[in-house]
Amino acid sequence: MDTEILARIQFAFTIAFHYIYPPLSIGLGLLMVIFESAYMRTKNKQYHILAKFWTKIFALTFGIGVVTGIVMEFEFGTNWAVYSRYVGDVFGSALAAEGVFAFALESGFLGILLFGWNRVKPWVHLVSTIGVFLGSMFSAVWIVVANSWQQTPAGYHIVGEGMNARAEITDFWAMVFNPSSVDRILHVWLGALLAGAFLVLSVHAYYLVKDRFVDISKRAFKIALLVATIFSLAQLFTGHSSAEGVAVNQPAKLAAMEGHFEANAPADMYLFGWVHKESQEVSGLKIPGGLSFLLHYDTEAPVTGLNAFPEEDRPSQVNAVFQFYHIMVTIGMILIALSLLGVFLWWKGTLFSKKWLLWIFVFAALLPQIANQAGWFAAEMGRQPWVVYGHLRTNEAFSQAVTDNQILFSLILFLIVYTLLFLLFIYLLNKKIQHGPYEESESKDDDRPLTEEITHILTGK
Amino acid sequence: METFLGLDYPTWWFLVVGALFSGYAVLDGFDFGAGAWHLFFKKDHSRRVAMNAVGPVWDGNEVWLVIGGGALFAGFPVMYATFFSSMYIPFMLFLVFLILRGISIEVRGKEKWVWWRNTFDITYSISSIMLAFLLGVVLGNVLQGLAIGENYQYQDTGFFEFLNPYSLLTGFTTLFLFMTHGAIYLLVKTEGRLFAKLTILLKKGLILFMVFFGITTMYTLLYIPHLSDDFKANPILFIAPLITFLSIANVPRLANKKRYKLAFAFSSITIASMLVLVAIELYPTLLFSTIDSQYSIDIYNAASSEDSMKNMLIIVAIGAPLVLSYTFFVYRTFRGKVQLDETSY
Ligand code: HDD
Ligand code: HEM
Ligand code: HEM
Repeated sequence: MDTEILARIQFAFTIAFHYIYPPLSIGLGLLMVIFESAYMRTKNKQYHILAKFWTKIFALTFGIGVVTGIVMEFEFGTNWAVYSRYVGDVFGSALAAEGVFAFALESGFLGILLFGWNRVKPWVHLVSTIGVFLGSMFSAVWIVVANSWQQTPAGYHIVGEGMNARAEITDFWAMVFNPSSVDRILHVWLGALLAGAFLVLSVHAYYLVKDRFVDISKRAFKIALLVATIFSLAQLFTGHSSAEGVAVNQPAKLAAMEGHFEANAPADMYLFGWVHKESQEVSGLKIPGGLSFLLHYDTEAPVTGLNAFPEEDRPSQVNAVFQFYHIMVTIGMILIALSLLGVFLWWKGTLFSKKWLLWIFVFAALLPQIANQAGWFAAEMGRQPWVVYGHLRTNEAFSQAVTDNQILFSLILFLIVYTLLFLLFIYLLNKKIQHGPYEESESKDDDRPLTEEITHILTGK
Repeated sequence: METFLGLDYPTWWFLVVGALFSGYAVLDGFDFGAGAWHLFFKKDHSRRVAMNAVGPVWDGNEVWLVIGGGALFAGFPVMYATFFSSMYIPFMLFLVFLILRGISIEVRGKEKWVWWRNTFDITYSISSIMLAFLLGVVLGNVLQGLAIGENYQYQDTGFFEFLNPYSLLTGFTTLFLFMTHGAIYLLVKTEGRLFAKLTILLKKGLILFMVFFGITTMYTLLYIPHLSDDFKANPILFIAPLITFLSIANVPRLANKKRYKLAFAFSSITIASMLVLVAIELYPTLLFSTIDSQYSIDIYNAASSEDSMKNMLIIVAIGAPLVLSYTFFVYRTFRGKVQLDETSY
């Protein structure tokens, strides 16, 4: 196989694997901050137990996030040497800022967050939790800024030619606030917060259907439900705003997302469908003029289609981009429906008696994960054939010095190690969930009657 | 070219990158070193204590690698690209061992089964050894130079080019240096039988290091002339090797006197001053071309634009005190001998 394809497969695989964990770390971070502050304010022991319990699960996601993150930083140099030379001036500063401001903040406080419960004062511990949470939010900022610059370059000029051409920053803040960064940072943040909130919902819904840790789980569930409701609604707006940005800055990508071929015609919006690239048709369920309406508030307004671009400047995997985009949007709608339903039933007072709904919540933890992955695949495959949109093509950006055998070797190594890592993650996650929120010293039989559990919680021992 | 306090920006950035990598080597050096000894400890309790001595800090230490890598990328993209793609296999192995090691620390204590703990003890120790060794190997390749041709392209694309006599030597030297450093760190953090055992291990580590350091130095002087040029031109630079020798000599003396914290300070200085030595030998070259020195990569042809170097120096100036203060705070919180509690690994 050729080195370009192998390098792409390796990058996509390693980053998609990495991206299972950061959203969970960021999202759980917020809930830990909420639980711990609630404990500081109310002194209710349950919040303390929740904070400690979720910190343990956080430690697991964070740990895997850290070890898999360094891989991509190295891969820029190892696999994408031409790209690294081209963007080093721009991209390097974002990465350096990420390291200095975000990762150092995160990992500096992490030790105290994980091991400091008995060593530092409660408020110092809370500050550390907030530090880790903010650190993870910042790290998302810088990496997304860098990626957004690749999508919509700004604040630079090109120097040199051919093999030695490269981008140089002319305006640092224009680079940071390039046309897509703000929209995408907000969108990525919310996607991460949703991933965390839905994991909390899932685990506590599971306890509720199994009649375990009932009281504490109701408390946690309600908090997470509020978080999920707010952010799933907000996600619709950030997503919409991203789509408007894509229409202006990367029209070929938007056209691929909706399978819109005609160069300059009103565009439909599909609820679902299948793109036939050869015949340039989409079969599926559509809202005629829907895309035109969303972008211009007029169903007749023309939208630039794929045919407006020469063949070699269009994303080749139109159907894949279309499908990933639609999976994400559909999930976005499901998340909104699910959390609104939850809030409605809570208000009616019947939330916790609906077992079927709780079961849906148990499995709903997968939805934000799938949406996050699908979103990235849509954004990155839609950017093709460019690595730096409009400037550097993917097939020119990979390392010439690396051979296909070498990449195959490392790819297989990563496949093996990541498979083991994933199995270990699932095993330990399951173990922690089965064990429940209480420490050994506080623990009791799971099948103890509910009253006893309540006494336990009330007396705090 | 613009200057700041008499030095041009690429030189400033060379200093920043050098300081970051030195910091990284000192910090991850002791935790790789501690891990390398791991299988010498036989009792489960000792292994747990030893692992928890690095428990709260290893992640923070690794951040220095992330920042150092980022700084190299930002300041000298050409170097980053050429160097990383030339050293493809060692870097990929490095990544895999970094993952295995981090995970072993995280999960070892999660089950009580003997096979489980043994598995992760072994992966932890072997990956620590390999990491220290690979860092040394990569360093050896930098010192020797690589077959860089036109357009900064690396010309040898075999699988095992990175393993050669000199890089093997630097690999072992680095391993034993880190093991010495790690043993001293563990001496500071432990007590009882584990402590007693470490005093013996430290002596062995020191001897091995001295032997390899001697051989490597001779080899460098005999076979790698482009490295000693700077020294011949500018004898005052001999202060750096002098400091290295003096601080190494100090380590066994202080260890004998049981002043381990001070010994740790000196082994840190040893590591840092060895890297200063490397930096002096290289400057202003970053990567020497063995094909023709006109293809060598130096801090000028590899540099980013002056503006972005300026921006980044501001980032560093704001960030460095922050990083140092978190680092200080964490080490202060976990100072003293390791105590195990329910939050330990
Ligand atoms: C939306 C957020 C996000 C995205 C898109 C990415 N990451 Fe990530 N990354 C994080 C959010 C994050 C995090 C939440 O900050 C992590 C996960 C757990 C952790 O320790 O930090 C992290 C860890 C992490 C680390 C280890 C840091 C440490 O040692 O503490 C590195 C080097 C990277 N990442 C690098 C990357 C690169 C090069 C990416 C893209 C190409 C990337 N990450 C995508
Ligand atoms: C700033 C950070 C990023 C950079 C520099 C970057 C760069 C790249 C590069 C060089 C490739 C391979 C060539 C290509 O196919 O375009 C790629 C592909 C890909 N990246 Fe990104 N990326 C970044 C962030 C992300 C993130 C955070 C994700 C999230 C998971 C992601 C998802 C993907 C996917 C799915 C592909 C495969 C697409 C394909 O090959 O068609 N990327 N990216
Ligand atoms: C509700 C409707 C949604 C809409 C209209 C929407 C829209 C978009 C658009 C247009 C992009 C591409 C942006 C670009 O390439 O510049 C995108 C990317 C992305 N989406 Fe969504 N999205 C929605 C829901 C979600 C949800 C629920 C999640 C996760 C929980 C999510 C996660 C992502 C991620 C991670 C990316 C890639 C990063 C980025 O490009 O911003 N999206 N989304």
